[in-house]
Amino acid sequence: MSVLIKDLGLLINAMLIATPPLLFAALGSCFSERSGVINIGIEGMMTIGAFTGAVVAYFTGNGWVGFFCGGLAGAVFGVIHAIACVSFGADQTIAGTAINFLAPGLAVFLCKAMFDNSSDSPALDTAAKLPKMFNGVFKSGSFLYNVLCTYSVAYLCFVLAILVGFVFYKTKFGMRLRAVGEHPQACETLGINVFRTRYICVILSGFLAGLGGAFVTLATVSQFRPSVIVGQGFIAIAAVIFGKFDPVGSMKACLLFGFCNGVKALLGGSNVVSPNLISMIPYVVTILALVLFVGQSRVPAANGKPYMKSK
Amino acid sequence: MSKKNSILKGNAVYVFLSIMIGFIVGAVLLLAAGISPGEAYGKLADGVFGQTKYIVWSIVYASPLIFTGLSVAFSFKTGVFNIGAEGQFVVGSLAACAVGILVKAPGPIHVLLCILAAMIAGGLWGAVVGILKVKRGVHEVLSYIMFNWIAFYLSNYVVNLKAIHRTGGGEATKDIADTARMKMPDGIVAATRCSAANWGIFLAVGAAILIWFIMNKTTLGYQLRAVGFSKSAAEYGGINTSRNFLTAMSISGALAGLGGAVQVLGMSGRISQFASQEQFGFQGITVALIASSNPIGCIFAGLFYGAMKYGGTKLSLVNAPSEVVDIIMGTIILFIAISHIFKMIVAKRLHKKEGGK
Repeated sequence: MSVLIKDLGLLINAMLIATPPLLFAALGSCFSERSGVINIGIEGMMTIGAFTGAVVAYFTGNGWVGFFCGGLAGAVFGVIHAIACVSFGADQTIAGTAINFLAPGLAVFLCKAMFDNSSDSPALDTAAKLPKMFNGVFKSGSFLYNVLCTYSVAYLCFVLAILVGFVFYKTKFGMRLRAVGEHPQACETLGINVFRTRYICVILSGFLAGLGGAFVTLATVSQFRPSVIVGQGFIAIAAVIFGKFDPVGSMKACLLFGFCNGVKALLGGSNVVSPNLISMIPYVVTILALVLFVGQSRVPAANGKPYMKSK
Repeated sequence: MSKKNSILKGNAVYVFLSIMIGFIVGAVLLLAAGISPGEAYGKLADGVFGQTKYIVWSIVYASPLIFTGLSVAFSFKTGVFNIGAEGQFVVGSLAACAVGILVKAPGPIHVLLCILAAMIAGGLWGAVVGILKVKRGVHEVLSYIMFNWIAFYLSNYVVNLKAIHRTGGGEATKDIADTARMKMPDGIVAATRCSAANWGIFLAVGAAILIWFIMNKTTLGYQLRAVGFSKSAAEYGGINTSRNFLTAMSISGALAGLGGAVQVLGMSGRISQFASQEQFGFQGITVALIASSNPIGCIFAGLFYGAMKYGGTKLSLVNAPSEVVDIIMGTIILFIAISHIFKMIVAKRLHKKEGGK
């Protein structure tokens, strides 16, 4: 029994570390997609956030500053995506593809330029990482230690998800952003500024994706490496689709996918199930979900369609 | 219409400007990092054109990209956005590699078998997404993205299977049999001094011409383009749009899969475990955009990208990060993506000038 409880503690711990990056990015994706702008550049925005977070924390020694700057770096690419998609009406999938070239390219470029041609940034001290809660309160390795003594941000992101859900359904801004994603023409006639709403949402999506990326380098990995994000941005997009474009639904999906990542981390070297097969789960269940949701028109109606003011 | 106006209405001028802007952005970044852009771009050019060997290497790098470019260009013409070329390329290379290792056959037949396996694998990978689209109404961009990652992990899974994994060190498959390689004869390899010189480029050019022919000279091509141009109009004209989407997505997938075969049979000879996506499919999107979805244009756009990729590997010699190539290419895509609005403005202006005819 005690072994079982201990294993459960380890699993929850692994989940609490694997879920936040997905959840931050997924919440970002919710903003963008619900306002009618497809953002597959989430992956790239996470990568630049991961890099910026690690580097800023390395130079300032402060994990929180790094975390926030990681978000800002993501937001910069959010601005680029917004200019291309909202102002210039570019194909949103193509613009996102461009971001996925630009942002990771820039991250590794800057890393090499700063750290003597090395594509990895120097490892961070524990002090420069994000802080853990209840340090030294519980016995190391105990159930409560595993469940409670982890990064405070890992708990905050769930609060944030519920907060975003509140913004979506209970505030004027949330109502507007959902309306803009369904029927921009109607919004314009009601005096809602479609461009401004979409700009805010796309920039927010970059900011949140950047935070997600920064969590990876400031909590899990402790340094930037080019392969630090691989696919997490796309898992976040999958989670949003699986969660029916709803913040709380996405949170549940992220927990499920975070659970998969947690299991993978726990199994580690043991060859019970191939970690590669576990890695497929998020994508396979999302395909299944897409097949089953059909006809329910869960995708925001104006998603992917550039909006141009009629003259 | 004057010649000047017809140029402004075409794509070429915007693509050219986008490429210029790409290089300028790259230069600004290099400057910011304290690297002379002249030196870096000089090295890039020298790394591509400096020796015969370099030119051949650039072509070797270009061959798979011409295929993924063709795959995406073909999909654009048929009204689908094949962002899944990445995954189709991966399953194609996987199938070619598996047949190359596990099957025994004499020379040319073995190569053909590998190519066939890759085309079928890539084609099926695309067709499944097509079926989801026409039968269940699932948006293809979403399912393509999911299938890219399923292919990614499938490949890593297969690479680690005992029957295929190499013995001794290295996270990769065994080398494929010599009979499955499509290398140039020894004499040519010796003359070009490029150990990876292979027939891939001829296949790529052949495929481009074939696709151009199908699109422009056959009934099938006419129907596919009609569906791509306007689905409802094509339906009204009695064209079975569902079947056309399926055909288009399968052919597009087969082309990307073929690219995977060319990479394995021609160049790498094996598949390594992926740490991150190899991006052949996404680079194909760039190739298709630079080529304005013209199959013949894909040959030249693919050569351009291949040269940039190969030349980029030389940049570390002048201490410039090779990632500047990604940044240049990303900028090019971004500007091509936003150029259509300028094209619209110019078209409107010209229309007015010509008296609103």
